[in-house]
Amino acid sequence: MSLIVEQLVNGLQFGFMLFLMAAGLTLIFGVMGLINLAHGSLYMIGAFACAATAAATGSFWLGLAASLAAAAIAGALVEILVIRRLYERDHLDQVLATFALILIFSEGTRWLFGSFPLYLNVPPLLEGAVTLPGGAPYQLYRLWIIGVGIAVAIGLYLLISKSRLGMQIRAGEADREMIAALGVDIRSLYTAVFALGAALAGLAGAMVGALQSVQVGMGEPVLILAFVVIVIGGIGSIRGALAGALLIGVVDTMGRLLLPLALSSFVAPSTAASTGAALASMSIYILMALILAVRPKGLFPVGT
Amino acid sequence: MKRFLAAAIVALSAGTAVAAAEPVKIGMITTLSGGGAGLGVDVRDAFMLAIKKAGSSDIEVVIEDDAQKPELAVQIADKMVQSDKVHLLTGIIWSNLAMAVVPTVTAQDIIYLSPNAGPSPLAGAGCSPNYFNVAYQNDNFHEAMGQYANQDYKKTFILAPNYPAGKDALTGFKRYYKGELAGEVYTQLGQTDYAAEIAQIRASGADSVFFFLPGGMGVAFTKQYAQSGVGIPLMGPGFSFSQDVLGAIGDASLGVRNSASWSKDLDNEANKEFVAAFEQEYNRLPSIYAAQAYDTANLILSALAKASVKDKDAFRAALKEANFPTVRGKFRFNNNNHPIQDIYVREVVKEGDTITNKIVGTVFTDHGDAYAQDCKM
Repeated sequence: MSLIVEQLVNGLQFGFMLFLMAAGLTLIFGVMGLINLAHGSLYMIGAFACAATAAATGSFWLGLAASLAAAAIAGALVEILVIRRLYERDHLDQVLATFALILIFSEGTRWLFGSFPLYLNVPPLLEGAVTLPGGAPYQLYRLWIIGVGIAVAIGLYLLISKSRLGMQIRAGEADREMIAALGVDIRSLYTAVFALGAALAGLAGAMVGALQSVQVGMGEPVLILAFVVIVIGGIGSIRGALAGALLIGVVDTMGRLLLPLALSSFVAPSTAASTGAALASMSIYILMALILAVRPKGLFPVGT
Repeated sequence: MKRFLAAAIVALSAGTAVAAAEPVKIGMITTLSGGGAGLGVDVRDAFMLAIKKAGSSDIEVVIEDDAQKPELAVQIADKMVQSDKVHLLTGIIWSNLAMAVVPTVTAQDIIYLSPNAGPSPLAGAGCSPNYFNVAYQNDNFHEAMGQYANQDYKKTFILAPNYPAGKDALTGFKRYYKGELAGEVYTQLGQTDYAAEIAQIRASGADSVFFFLPGGMGVAFTKQYAQSGVGIPLMGPGFSFSQDVLGAIGDASLGVRNSASWSKDLDNEANKEFVAAFEQEYNRLPSIYAAQAYDTANLILSALAKASVKDKDAFRAALKEANFPTVRGKFRFNNNNHPIQDIYVREVVKEGDTITNKIVGTVFTDHGDAYAQDCKM
């Protein structure tokens, strides 16, 4: 029982981390119609900025601030230098250009920091474990990630639905010529949205970097999942990104636990372990296929 | 993608054997980009260090990056054999890539020397006179840890990625481990979040955890495990606690026992010279992958001094003699061209500010592998 509770919390934590990635991706796609494959690179930049700053200053919190700044600046620069020329082009050109950005960022980071993983640990304040309902001890840091995820979700909701910037973003999604005609500076709006999305990816990278390995290429596996999330949630919808991310997080985590267990009642344990693992890694794509079969535009379609 | 042409050309001294006077071309396919790049960089650097130190013949090494992708490795191998016309191939880190490349190149009568991967099919019925494994058979280090676990543990939880070397790892561990298994889990290759597996370990009632997760996967697992408060002792093969990842894991790795055929404190002349030269050249400590690649290069150099690479039979015989200054102290080939060597248990310690390994015992002396009897050659 406590195992199930713990896995549910693990699923939520993974889901909120995916949400931070998917929110930026879906905003950028929704507002600008741009497919940004380099989003994973911004996640990597956040992690490296945090690790390098934490190593230099000894403070994880300064590192976290640095990751937000570095990813936002990198995002704004990329938008101004590269992406701005791609809005009028078709998706294939965008995919090609942003794929090139992945290669440039990866090799650039390798050139700066080398091929070996960097050290970044959980800050002392969040070390250790707390007891979950059900009795299992649970890592405090992961609970904190959930907390940050909830805060970002609320913040984004307020930003999009209540603020002036949010109003412009929603208007931009609906009709970009019209809001340009109304005197909104669409170029700087785009740069701001891109930098916001990048900062969220950088934040996710820095938080996850303390749990995982800070290394070149860490962003691409997450990027694929983030795309699955926004397709399930409905492209352009923040609400959809949240629902999709939590769904994927929980299904992936529970699948990895339950599928091998379920199979072990039919076949030998080692076969069950390897077949179960293979099925579990397919489970989220099967889920995506099922959802798209029923709702081709995702759970929360935009613009209908 | 990337291509380095490293040509070590030093004037031949009058006394050098005639065989070495011919230019020799070695193709190295290894992982230089992506998450597994640290391992490939160590293999490349140590291999080139040995070639540079020898400085005795015109050996050309063609190096290409496989990005840890089997399909790319196959393309590079074809290109190296057909258009670069290499005499020897080496460099592959990952067993799934080795399975894709090695059988096809050895069938074309190209000699392949493995500085790391040793998948079981190539050690048994699929062995080849053109395939020399200078590192280990995949099961070896895990067998040693299984044997060692018998001393202290009765209920071990075992964990590895779902790919050929991961399966070999757990098979090897189980071959020698006599206790009960608290659980057996295969994770995705390249997985970075282990919360689900750690929860299962906690719920399993295990008294110890054995895990094989090379590169960044091991960094992620060990850090998350230390933070989770499970507190059951960890152990693993040397790959999980190799020099390339210890810095990134940090203090969470201290005290962990792991098995390997090499450690930087192994007491022999060749090893002292290697560790010092590597540190001086690259300003970091070598990993087990570097040690294996250094031995691979020196094995090639020893064979080149005896036979021409064009005379395949003589060259294969010279390789098989394995008469080279190994950093592992002793080394010879089994009938399936896989090593017979000692396997040690190491402990992760802190020396000043550096986290590294030191040897605490020997588990196997002159250890071969379980598949040699199936090899008919």
